[in-house]
Amino acid sequence: MTDNSTMSYREAIRQALREAMNEDPRVFLMGEDVGHYGGCYGVSKGLLSEFSDERIRDTPLSESGFVGAGVGAALGGMRPIVEVMTVNFSLLALDQIVNNAATIRHMSGGQFSVPLVIRMASGAGRQLAAQHSHSLECWYAHVPGLKVLAPATVADARYMLQMALDDPDPVVIFEHVMLYNNEEPVPAADQCPPMEQALVRREGSDLSLITYGGSLPKVLAAAEELSHAGISVEVLDLRSLRPLDTESIVRSVSKTHRALIIDEGWRTGSLAGEVSAIIMEQAFWELDAPVGRVCSQEVPIPYPKHLEDAALPQRSEIVRSAKQILGVV
Amino acid sequence: MAPANDKPHVRRSHLLELLHGMIRIRRFEEKCAELYTLEKIRGFLHLYIGEEAIAVGCNEALTKDDALICTYREHGHALARGVSMAAVMAEMYGKLNGCSRGRGGSMHLFDADTRFYGGNAIVAGGLPLAVGLALADKLQNRKRVTACFFGEGAVAEGEFHESLNLAALWQLPVLFVCENNLYAMGTALKISESEQDIHQKAAGYNIKSEAVDGMNVVEVEQAAQRACDGIRADGLPRFLECRTYRFRAHSMFDSQLYRDKAEVESWQQKGPIVQLVQWLRDYHQLGDEELGSLERQVELELSEAVAAAERGEFESVDTLTSDVYTASRSEGAA
Repeated sequence: MTDNSTMSYREAIRQALREAMNEDPRVFLMGEDVGHYGGCYGVSKGLLSEFSDERIRDTPLSESGFVGAGVGAALGGMRPIVEVMTVNFSLLALDQIVNNAATIRHMSGGQFSVPLVIRMASGAGRQLAAQHSHSLECWYAHVPGLKVLAPATVADARYMLQMALDDPDPVVIFEHVMLYNNEEPVPAADQCPPMEQALVRREGSDLSLITYGGSLPKVLAAAEELSHAGISVEVLDLRSLRPLDTESIVRSVSKTHRALIIDEGWRTGSLAGEVSAIIMEQAFWELDAPVGRVCSQEVPIPYPKHLEDAALPQRSEIVRSAKQILGVV
Repeated sequence: MAPANDKPHVRRSHLLELLHGMIRIRRFEEKCAELYTLEKIRGFLHLYIGEEAIAVGCNEALTKDDALICTYREHGHALARGVSMAAVMAEMYGKLNGCSRGRGGSMHLFDADTRFYGGNAIVAGGLPLAVGLALADKLQNRKRVTACFFGEGAVAEGEFHESLNLAALWQLPVLFVCENNLYAMGTALKISESEQDIHQKAAGYNIKSEAVDGMNVVEVEQAAQRACDGIRADGLPRFLECRTYRFRAHSMFDSQLYRDKAEVESWQQKGPIVQLVQWLRDYHQLGDEELGSLERQVELELSEAVAAAERGEFESVDTLTSDVYTASRSEGAA
């Protein structure tokens, strides 16, 4: 794509899937309802008629079975893309992801790689309650042997899939459910930086807002609001949660001397905690204020809208926390 | 023991090969137990002693292009498959010349050259991998079999049922081999399964299945051959239940409170090696001298394997974190 045509996050992933399938016969997609239904979130809609049911493969409700089959197919020379409907369901496949996909390379003394891509929806905001709304990216980011991506923009949705497919190791991609309908222009592929690189989404000088995935739009809105109050914030989108782009984090904090991390995961044991520790270890003397965190409340995500909203990081809280760090009332 | 004499494989020389294969595994593991008490081998050590006929018999039905997925009780399968005894022993030592460069140990033997996709130490964790390997073969139009070994304990896991369903549904060339030794660690089959005739479970997934005497290497071989012939002909999975018994403890930490010595002894009397030796002797096909020579051959291979393991180097701590990820993109190309 050479023009800056606009598309939705959902269409961007679909286009990436289509392109990958066209370019590499080893690529196939499997998961629950990816074929005839068109994907739980509509991502793969129409692909079954464009390709075959061999390559757009509906699976039974057997998360461990088909994710493990993806690991095996990757070992067998394919480039499988496995869609897991939501991160909550992926817990049924944790054995295959953590015990097999992540270990086989190292445990076999480097004899076997697992070039597998696992895509899953995550995050809250659609009133889907406590078994469809969680942000457990951090659990996967904890595991050596995995790479973990969180595309937050349509451009990343469009291009990160191919980068993940090009990677010889297992890559887990988290698609936040509130991003699917977002529409943005899509630049040319060569303008999409490597997947491991964090990106400054907005330049600023007073404070670094560090975030990823579904929180990025809220953080950008908060940055805009803060700018009206004369506060210049930088927004850093991590993009890759494992490995973390430590250099970009340190660079941004060294420039602004303050950091607030926004993470839809629960605060305890969160990625925000990890980023905060990195800043403490590597940029402590650059800091003019304690690092702050805005995370989800420590509750299972509730169903009613007002409670769900209250449980999640929101723009108002991000603005308030930013001002607090800057000592602005 | 009554191998059918009309089968081409049941020549005397072939029976001696099978016997050799089983004795290799037996002596290797007896040595491992000894080395364990000397603390040369650490961690968990799960011995296959008593079950050798299954690995040896099934391997006869596989070609070099086929793949194997095994459990944490997989020394026998690796040896039968052709992973060198020295590489397996060095792996037990955790040395660089081990088949997984020392990183896996007893439970995680891997060997790319023989398409040996590992000892998997999560019960039933290997079954979905076998489904995937077979799926890759099918999608790439390769006529190969993936043999997947697991114990009867795996039958209680969800991954067992998910994998059988997927293999049958997607018509994949998987040979499922259940090594039913009657105990999942210390839990007897009779207190863990509602249907204890394991091979019947395959019928629920429309998979052709058979139960055989897992103590009779010839019966195992013939059943595995029938199953693999079937798989190669129609591309559909097959299920083989091999009824067997583990003579030794589950692992070196097991005091075997859950079973009687008399039960163990009764099984030992029909063990795969004594059975075959007895049969060969009954038909005057094996003399003391020949058996002695076979044992000496194994003893020599074993002493060389131990020497190689002793000589081997440990991996430098400097490379501890290598191969968590693949170093280069081309290196990972399968």
